[in-house]
Amino acid sequence: MSLTLLNVIVAVVIAIAFAAVNAAYLVWAERRGAARIQRRPGPNINGPFGLLQPPLDGIKLMTKQLMIPGGADKILFMVAPVLAMAPAIMSFVTIPFSEGIAAHNMELGVLVIFAFASMGAMAILFAGWGSRNKYSVMASVRAVSQNVSYEIPMLITAITVVMTTGSMDLKEISMAQSGGFWHWNIFPSLQSPLMPISFIIFFICSLAETNRAPFDLGEAESELVAGFHTEYGSMGFGLFFMGEYANIVIGASLTTILFLGGWDCPFGMFPGVWWFLLKIYLLIATFIWIRWTFPRTTIYGLLNLSWKILIPISLFNLLLTAGLLKVF
Amino acid sequence: MGGYFSDIFYGSKSLLIGMGITFREFFKPTVTVQYPYQTLKMSARFRGHIELIADKEGKPKCVVCGMCERACPSGCITLGSISIEIEVDGKIKKKKVLSKYDLDFTKCSLCGQCVENCNFGALEFSKEYNLASTRKEDFHFNLLKRLEERNT
Amino acid sequence: MSAPIQLRPDETFLLNVGPQHPATHGVLRVKMQMDGEYIVKAETVLGYVHRMHEKMGENRTYAQYLPNLSRLDYLGALGYTHGHVLAIERAAGIEVPERAEYIRAITVELNRVASHLFWFGAFVMDLGGFSPLMYAIQDREHILDMLEAVTGARLTYCYYRFGGLYNDVDDDFIEAAKRFIPRMRKSLKKYDALVSGNIIFQKRLEGIAPVSAEMCRKYGATGPVARGSGINFDVRKNEPYSVYPEFDFDVPVYHECDSLARYKVRMDEMEQSLRIIEQGLETLPDGPIMAEKKPKNIKLPVGDYYQAVETARGSFGIRIVSDGDKNAYRLKLRSPTYSNMHLFDEACEGMLIMDALAFMGSLDLVIPEIDR
Ligand code: SF4
Ligand code: SF4
Repeated sequence: MSLTLLNVIVAVVIAIAFAAVNAAYLVWAERRGAARIQRRPGPNINGPFGLLQPPLDGIKLMTKQLMIPGGADKILFMVAPVLAMAPAIMSFVTIPFSEGIAAHNMELGVLVIFAFASMGAMAILFAGWGSRNKYSVMASVRAVSQNVSYEIPMLITAITVVMTTGSMDLKEISMAQSGGFWHWNIFPSLQSPLMPISFIIFFICSLAETNRAPFDLGEAESELVAGFHTEYGSMGFGLFFMGEYANIVIGASLTTILFLGGWDCPFGMFPGVWWFLLKIYLLIATFIWIRWTFPRTTIYGLLNLSWKILIPISLFNLLLTAGLLKVF
Repeated sequence: MGGYFSDIFYGSKSLLIGMGITFREFFKPTVTVQYPYQTLKMSARFRGHIELIADKEGKPKCVVCGMCERACPSGCITLGSISIEIEVDGKIKKKKVLSKYDLDFTKCSLCGQCVENCNFGALEFSKEYNLASTRKEDFHFNLLKRLEERNT
Repeated sequence: MSAPIQLRPDETFLLNVGPQHPATHGVLRVKMQMDGEYIVKAETVLGYVHRMHEKMGENRTYAQYLPNLSRLDYLGALGYTHGHVLAIERAAGIEVPERAEYIRAITVELNRVASHLFWFGAFVMDLGGFSPLMYAIQDREHILDMLEAVTGARLTYCYYRFGGLYNDVDDDFIEAAKRFIPRMRKSLKKYDALVSGNIIFQKRLEGIAPVSAEMCRKYGATGPVARGSGINFDVRKNEPYSVYPEFDFDVPVYHECDSLARYKVRMDEMEQSLRIIEQGLETLPDGPIMAEKKPKNIKLPVGDYYQAVETARGSFGIRIVSDGDKNAYRLKLRSPTYSNMHLFDEACEGMLIMDALAFMGSLDLVIPEIDR
């Protein structure tokens, strides 16, 4: 009993550390990447290549005073940043990084991650409502309707994958794809010829679910000042930030597991955690690349995309896969 | 229905084109100047705040005619003069000499009217642009003193 | 997209956009009566950067007023100073040498391109895309470098004088300008591919915020805003001044009336400005840059004078009433954005806030120029 408790604590601590380090250095990567796209060097003063920038930013955020605006709902205001961060860390626990590296393997891993992911919308709603700022309220309402409408196509594509594999266990799903890239789910198979499209849909949805540009309507800094976290400073803002990046890592991990074969090597050699990390960082680099290329969509454009394009196509794919599974 | 699919197709294509452009930009060299470590040379005509020009002896060329003071739209130049007696060809002559040339740079609009209106070529623009301070008084320049400092 | 919605005036709230807000690009305040994300009624509140430029014009000599004009619109300052010197020259009967006029036209057009470039970047940033701003600033920086080398300033130029120029351009400038034109054309192609063709961008602007030609006339809108609504009016063509009649250029007009049309007008105008610069550099005559006969202290004959010029933002007019003294009796500045902006209140009713702010970006507002 005490051993399992210890196990859980160690796992959670490692998950927090992983999330924090990732968040910090993804910010660095994002800033450097964005700068390169815009032909400037980016943060390069503190440490070699500016690598000390993230810890220094962290110190700056932590030393700032925590301000709660007058008239704000104190409890919601304080709970929201924690709520943004905690589910993201909890999701890490279920993700298998390789065959042996998984904090806790669950048979319903896919479901757990989706369950935790949907809590993110609540954090945003709390933050927006709790800060009693009109901009924040508008932003949080936007973000919630966005998250709700993108969860549907995301789940449908996930179900398609689950159907072909016959398991909801993340580990099993990646194991089923092992043995070279032609086994990966992203490539069309007899049972589900539309898998590449599913992959794109899933990728778009994970962009939208993590509130990344071009779907960053909850932040929309040129319209709603800073969206739902307008009123947050110091570490409250820091937690939102970390939560956002942790969510990105989870989105990328889930995409890797569901479509890119998890820790499998494309050529069937040396499968291991490095392949997994390589894949998720490539996906994250694409996230960053997309963010610094496109303008933001509108709220109706976003909802139209989900309801008129993504959902019908993913539903069609689901039906097709179900039918073909019966045939083959 | 055809429009629906062609919309999706051309839309995705335009997005890929955009990503291609930013991808290429990513590998191009940076174009910025790392400002405090690197600085640019100001062009020859750059108009900074004004400075007095010295003659060969290091004295200001200014003859205190007051044209610059009158031409300045913002009234930022204050002149002062004293009369001294000098000997020219054995005769004692009175001459006005510049005793004070104050520039209130907080009001200056760098228009160049003063330089243009000086018929004696006694003013020029400095090439200084790193002017920053938290106190207003730091921008009340005593140009006469600055000239002396430059001479030494 | 203007879906018919039922506004409920009893369930509205007031949203203060500005005076400090990322979308207003300056200290403009818009009081918006909102129903959810829809705007029921908007009211622009002006005057946060009012600096009494008109009154200053009455208290200073004409020459002393020169630096003021470049402080109206800090993005396209040369156009405004051009209007001022033209007005005085015509009133005082000063003959300007041809070379000076050519250089004026070239530098004004360069400044127009710089202004449009900055608008382009800021507009895309309003829509959430950040990188195009940086590309635009890169190109604009080349222009500012060139202008700095001849005028001595980067933004608030004081380059034109009554009767000519402050100083002549050198070969370096001409070389740099010649090199700039093909580079700029290449960049324009890049912008087309990166931004104009982008589906997200098009969907955000197409059919959004229609401003009819009639509305433009009602509010006195000019410049790219009016030309995007199908009004073919450009002061350079309709009331030619300076050496513009000698140049061959088109006035881009679009009839869609939406934000995309206004965007396209400005993008096309950059190309037309490049054409003018090209021709100007080719046919630049030699000669003096300052009028020979020029009164030392300018006093205008008693009368009422008006001069309009086409600046980057529209038709800028300066009206000088002289009582024969060395400063004006009354000086009135007609600034284009002031009129353009007043469209906003009426046009954005019933619009979503994000469309309205994109619409505001498409009007190309420069707040110090509105408030003067
Ligand atoms: S540059 Fe213009 S404002 Fe400045 S001191 Fe000279 S005349 Fe006055
Ligand atoms: S105009 Fe020239 S000479 Fe006359 S007071 Fe000014 S600086 Fe001196």
